[in-house]
Formats: sequence, C-alpha cells, structure tokens
Amino acid sequence: MSRLVIPIGPQHPILKEPISLKVEVEGENITHVDLQIGFVHRGIEKLVESLNWVQAVPLIERICGICSHVHTTTYCQGVEQLAGIEVPKRALYLRTLMCELERIHSHLLWLGIVGRNIGQEAMFMYAWRDRELVMDVMEAFSGGRVSHQANTIGGVRFDPSPAETAAAQKLLAELESKVVALRNIVEHSESFISRTAGMGVMNRDDIRRYGLLGPVARASGVDFDLRRDRPYSVYPELDFKVIVRREGDVWARAMVRVEETMQSIAICHHIINKLPGGAVSVKAPRRVPVGEVISRTEAPRGEVVYYIRSEGGEHPARVKVRTPTLPTLASFPELLQGVSIADMTVIISGADLCIACADR
Amino acid sequence: MIQRLFRLAHKKSPWILTYNAGGCNGCDIELLGLFNPRYDIERFGILQQASPRHADILICTGPVTIKTRPYLERIYEQIPSPKHVLVVGSCGCTGGIFKNAYNVLGGIDQVIPVDLYLPGCPCRPEAIFNAVQTLIDRL
Repeated sequence: MSRLVIPIGPQHPILKEPISLKVEVEGENITHVDLQIGFVHRGIEKLVESLNWVQAVPLIERICGICSHVHTTTYCQGVEQLAGIEVPKRALYLRTLMCELERIHSHLLWLGIVGRNIGQEAMFMYAWRDRELVMDVMEAFSGGRVSHQANTIGGVRFDPSPAETAAAQKLLAELESKVVALRNIVEHSESFISRTAGMGVMNRDDIRRYGLLGPVARASGVDFDLRRDRPYSVYPELDFKVIVRREGDVWARAMVRVEETMQSIAICHHIINKLPGGAVSVKAPRRVPVGEVISRTEAPRGEVVYYIRSEGGEHPARVKVRTPTLPTLASFPELLQGVSIADMTVIISGADLCIACADR
Repeated sequence: MIQRLFRLAHKKSPWILTYNAGGCNGCDIELLGLFNPRYDIERFGILQQASPRHADILICTGPVTIKTRPYLERIYEQIPSPKHVLVVGSCGCTGGIFKNAYNVLGGIDQVIPVDLYLPGCPCRPEAIFNAVQTLIDRL
C-alpha cells in the first residue's frame, strides 16, 4: 500500500493553537507521527528576569489564557514562601475559590471542544452556554473573564461582599443542574460513547513512562491528585473526592473531567460557606531574600511546577515553569501509532492540550 | 452589476478564519465564545472556516513569533482577494506585554497588512463582535 504524509497544523480546525503534526499514513492507519512544537514560544521565562517581583505577575498570567490564575497562584505561593510572607486566611480561601472556578471553566471548555471535534455540535453549544455562567461568576469577583488579575504577592486583589458571594452561589447552583445534564450525555449518550470509548487507551505503565499528569493519568487508574496528596494552600481544610477511573480511554477522560467539575462546584460552595473575614492582602517587600524554592499546584490539566530562584535583588534570578502538556505531547507519537486517521481528532482533542502553557 | 452582487454577498455572509500567531490563548477562547448560544455570531451569516481558501476575513490573535512568521504569510497569501485582516488583542496590535521578549517580532502588522486593530487583554466577546461588525460595514 502506498504511503502518504498528511501535514496537520500549524493552522488546522482541530487545533485551537498552533502545533504541527506530520502524519504518515498507510491506507487509513497512521504509521508514523512527526511532532513539531514551539510556534507560540515567546520567551516568557527570560522576560520575567527583566521585571521586578510584582511586575512579573501580569506577565506570568499571560503564559496561558485558560489556566491563567493557577500560574499566578503557583508563582505567588513560591515567592511568598521565599520571602516568608504570612498570607491572610481569607486571601488563601479566595485564591483557592478562583482556582476551582477556573477548573470548572477549563473542563467545560474542553468538553465543548471535544464535542465539536467528534461532530456533536450540540455538545459544544450546551457546554459553552453553561460555561458562560462560571465566566459570569469570575467576572463578578475579579472583573476579568479570562485574565483575572486576581493574585498579587501577599494576597489577592479582590474582596467580594456577602451579597456578591450569595449571587455567585445562586449561579453555581444553576450551573450544577446543567452539569448534571451534561454528565448524563457523556455517561449514557450512545453516539458520544461509541465515538470515544476505546480510543487512545493508555495503561498505568504508559502513564508512568511518559510522566503524564492530571485527568489523563486519573482516567488510567493513577490515584494521584496534588490537592489531596501534597496539600497546599487551604486544601487540607476542604473535603472533596478524587475521581479515578480505570478504562484509560477518551471516554474515561471525559467522565473524570465532568465528575471533577461537579466536585469543583461543591468545593466552591464549601469555600464560600467557610469564608473567613479579615484582610485580603499584606504588603510585600520589594526585595526577596536569597534562596530557591519549588512551588507546585494542581492545574486543570495536571501538576504545574515552578522553580524560583532569588539572588536578593528586586528581580527574580530564574523562574522555570513546568506544565503538564509537555509529557502529553511527548506521548503522541506512540499513542497515535496504528490508529485510523479518522480517530486521530478524537485522541488529540481528548488529551486536552494547552500549547501556550507548553511553549511559553 | 456583478461587482455589486459580489459585494452584497460578501457583506451578508463573511466567512472568517482564526489564527493564533503566538498569543496566550485568552483571546482565542473569547473568539470561540462568539459561537456559543449567548453571543451566537452565526446569525449574521458569519461562519468559521477551516481553510484559508474559503475565508474572507482573517482574525489574528497574539504577537508574531519568529517561528510562525512564514506560516502567517502563507495563510495570508492563500486567502482569495478581497481579503481583510482583523487583529484581536493588545499583543497582536503592538506586541503588548511580550514586546521585549526575544522570540517576538511585534504586532501582526510587522508581517501582513491589517485593516482593523482591536486592543484589549483579552478582548471581551462583545468587543470582538463590535469589531467584526465595523469591518463588515466597511466592506
């Protein structure tokens, strides 16, 4: 049979962000995948070194538009640890609240995109209509829909009144009933299941070999969630369930994400009910003492790690970011081996790539 | 006569192509949000296209990085005339927050001609909506 190379990307309808895949097919089946990344590499890590500690926060927020808040949370958490700043309890609660709202938004966004890529336009419409509710909540709190500018070193930059949190709870309750409906589609709809079940199966060994993280790992039976296993911020005071499934296919990843959305809504209610009073930020010093720190958080796509080094000046000496998308990309050549070209879209969108995070 | 008919058709159903030239994804998700039921830009006959050869309006987000430059030029060449370019986001207009980064060339207008700039970081869907309408009115 003849060989054919199909170039996919950097501009392609299934990719929201530019990456390039050169897919070699024999008949219908993929025999080789050549992956190229780095299209959106801007050099943020280097640029951060020319800014001072506080100026770096808005830039770090723009590493990625989808998980913007979790990046600044990881950075601020690291710098606060380095400078020995005691952050007020209320600030930590509000920060965590924003993280969970962002997880809801990210998972619903993914569900819509995957629906679109498997030809279920209705799924996209439902998921994105419901996502607007959580966008409204985030906008009411921080003033921004996508980039919230909510974090600063030493606390947060928004302080919701009781009326605002009550309004948010009402919207979240409305969202919950809609997410239940979405979960029913994912769980029972024959057309969704037949398009996603058995696609891109990864077992636990594959996950370990590539170092995959987040919902992709949890859908393959790896019971690990940083929020529970290495708790940071106020997560030890909150109770939630870590969703794990054993199937390891795209359908399991969808189920994990939808169930996690439900859990996140519950966490948001929990945080709002427990929200302590007091200040939302403390003054941060201009200079940070010499030292280095590793800060880790659980982003919607898995674990984000920041390595921050200070030489005692007003600028960070080094900020290294590790995001969960890179190992997912590394697994593609093997994951796509032998699958039909028509199933490739499902597998690629099922992995929930965030190229802006990976390239920086 | 044919020219007028052509212009009318152009105005009533402009097809758009989106390309992220190196941005943070924030404007892209707001752009895609235009197609959700709350904003529903498709009611103006605007359709998102997969191929540059079917598009009338190119919507670009993000600053141009060294690596995407040749691809952006090729996409622009492939769009049939008359073509229009809308830049969404501050970093696409001038380079914005990434201006001094070593891998960033600057705004989209460093590489291809731009018809309309829309600053904002990220732009709200309503703003993008308004920009697309302004561009259509000019057609």
